[in-house]
Amino acid sequence: MKRIALLGMPNTGKSTLFNRMTGGAARVGNWPGITVELLSGKILLGSDMVEVIDLPGIYDLHGFSDDEQVVRHFLHGNVPDLALVIINATQIERQMSLLLQLKQLNMNVVVLLNMADEAKKYGISIDSKKMTEMLGMPIFLLSGKYGTGYQEAMQAITKALRYPTPGMAEQLRSQLEQDQHIEAEMARIMKHAVQIPAQLPEHLSDKLDRVMLHPWLGLPIFFFIMYLLFQAIFFLGQPLQAGVAELLTWLRESALEPALSGLPAMLNGLLLDGVYNGVATVAAFVPIIILFFLFMAMVEDSGYLSRAAFLMDALMARLGLDGRGFVMLLMGFGCNVPALMGTRVMRSRAMRLLTMLVIPFSLCSARLQVFVFITAALFSPKAAPLVLFSLYLFSFAAAIFTALLFKGKFQSNEPFVLELPPYRFPTARQIVMRGWLEIQHFLRRATKFIIAGVVLVWLLTNLPPSAAPAGSDTLAGIIGTWLHPVFAPIGINEQLTIALIFGFVAKEIVIGSLAVIYGLSGEALGGALGQQLDWVQAYSFMLFTLIYTPCLSAIATLRSESRNLSYTLFVIGWSLALAWLTSFAFYQGARALGY
Amino acid sequence: MPSTTLTTLQPGEFATIVAIHAEEALHQRLLALGFRSGKQVELIRKAGFSGPLQVRIGTTDILLRRGEAAKITVCQGAAGT
Repeated sequence: MKRIALLGMPNTGKSTLFNRMTGGAARVGNWPGITVELLSGKILLGSDMVEVIDLPGIYDLHGFSDDEQVVRHFLHGNVPDLALVIINATQIERQMSLLLQLKQLNMNVVVLLNMADEAKKYGISIDSKKMTEMLGMPIFLLSGKYGTGYQEAMQAITKALRYPTPGMAEQLRSQLEQDQHIEAEMARIMKHAVQIPAQLPEHLSDKLDRVMLHPWLGLPIFFFIMYLLFQAIFFLGQPLQAGVAELLTWLRESALEPALSGLPAMLNGLLLDGVYNGVATVAAFVPIIILFFLFMAMVEDSGYLSRAAFLMDALMARLGLDGRGFVMLLMGFGCNVPALMGTRVMRSRAMRLLTMLVIPFSLCSARLQVFVFITAALFSPKAAPLVLFSLYLFSFAAAIFTALLFKGKFQSNEPFVLELPPYRFPTARQIVMRGWLEIQHFLRRATKFIIAGVVLVWLLTNLPPSAAPAGSDTLAGIIGTWLHPVFAPIGINEQLTIALIFGFVAKEIVIGSLAVIYGLSGEALGGALGQQLDWVQAYSFMLFTLIYTPCLSAIATLRSESRNLSYTLFVIGWSLALAWLTSFAFYQGARALGY
Repeated sequence: MPSTTLTTLQPGEFATIVAIHAEEALHQRLLALGFRSGKQVELIRKAGFSGPLQVRIGTTDILLRRGEAAKITVCQGAAGT
């Protein structure tokens, strides 16, 4: 099958065009020679199936950023039959350098000057015929967003694919060392084929930025936008999540339970409480992830995410992160899973890994449920809000401490030099496509892992068959007893240890598991906890719950996003260690002070 | 005209790039974004708390940290104006 590689600088609308070409039927895949996954889709062009690959946006074919290396290695290992180069027409004066670099590789190239509509607004006029002549490559003006010029371009691509695949990318680097030549060539083409007005008309973006990036108003506006985003995602998401849960429960009660009732109790439990609950756990994330990426696509495509980076960079740079990491960290307070997936906007791998290391400390809504229940049971109504607030402070402190501690280890060698694109209206199509792709990605990557984890925990809390579920005779109970010397110094008893094992799957089930363990529920459970624990133990338990691994889905996401098992184990190990140390310091400190 | 670095410009001021003293990776990136000696650059705004700068070269707006901007020597005043 012939292959088309999409190439271009960041912010050229390359991904939008890719989505238009593949109609959303894209999937992530691995390629020889490179370590990141690339999106690709198969489409029918003329009478042949062709594979289209979306390469990361790069500034320079011989640059040193992670993405630039990926593209170089890709071209080296998988010479495409056609390189489709996307150029932002409004920035043609500097983007042409990439085009000339590619030309030197003797590849089969078709050039698309995208955002032709925007360039026209700037008063930039491009003579595409003249340029085609001078470059010796077919050039088309189009607007990927609205689709104008798209048909002609596709026809040209179909035609260009009939040529045999030319030149190998062998001596890539040596061929690319000809900057001088490229500069002269660029100047020549610019002079003849492009006209840019000396003074650009004031753009709407400038006016908006005067408010959005205002020295005093910028940050309050940023936090207000984040607040709205947060509310929108999680207040729309929660009823949807509840709806999905209800639907699954209904399905279980009305269809699965009667159908499986003939099976032995053990197998029945394994299928319903293990496998089916695993499916339900995965399903619970679907609405949140879709909503998150619908809104995130809006923030990203509108150009505001780069503005957020501008506003928050001063603080984040000191933590070894960048402003975009802060947005993800904040979103993590709703749910860690989409926030972890969202770090993909960061193009430096080291910085992305550091951000993914700190996001799990964000106190997500599932953990909040546990804390609300326990504070209500053990603290006076007056103290409860303060207790919750202090947990949020601990959450921030854990993230900041971790970033400071590990920023040397995950040092980003990528310079912080970002383009600030003009504000754009994202199209509905782009937004929906994004949500759709991300949910596919999550389901494909995480489902098996999550179901296996839920089944494992079910087995731990139900084997051997003679023991009472979640009781002290089960494997989990035995592990709890075995771990007692570890948890005793932080004031966590064996029942709570079993609840922590459940909490490994999802924090939503911690309270439910305590209900099973104590054989009580609701207020009765709260009362029992209040009698058995004092506030120091309860707070220590909450600290541990806050800091240790958020949930199985977050781990599955960490693993699929980092594609690195030892990194994932490191994140789990560090969060467990930090959780234990924090709880230990708190518990022993409070006891030493006589509480 | 005195030459200074990009960091000393005030919002709204123009300058002409004289030289870029950056290590290779940064140099490549700056070149690709349109930073070349002789090019005119405008400082649009500076972020608070010693945050990054927003500069404009041609039709492109670029964010860069002050540490990186300090590596770019400029000559104040617009070329030819």
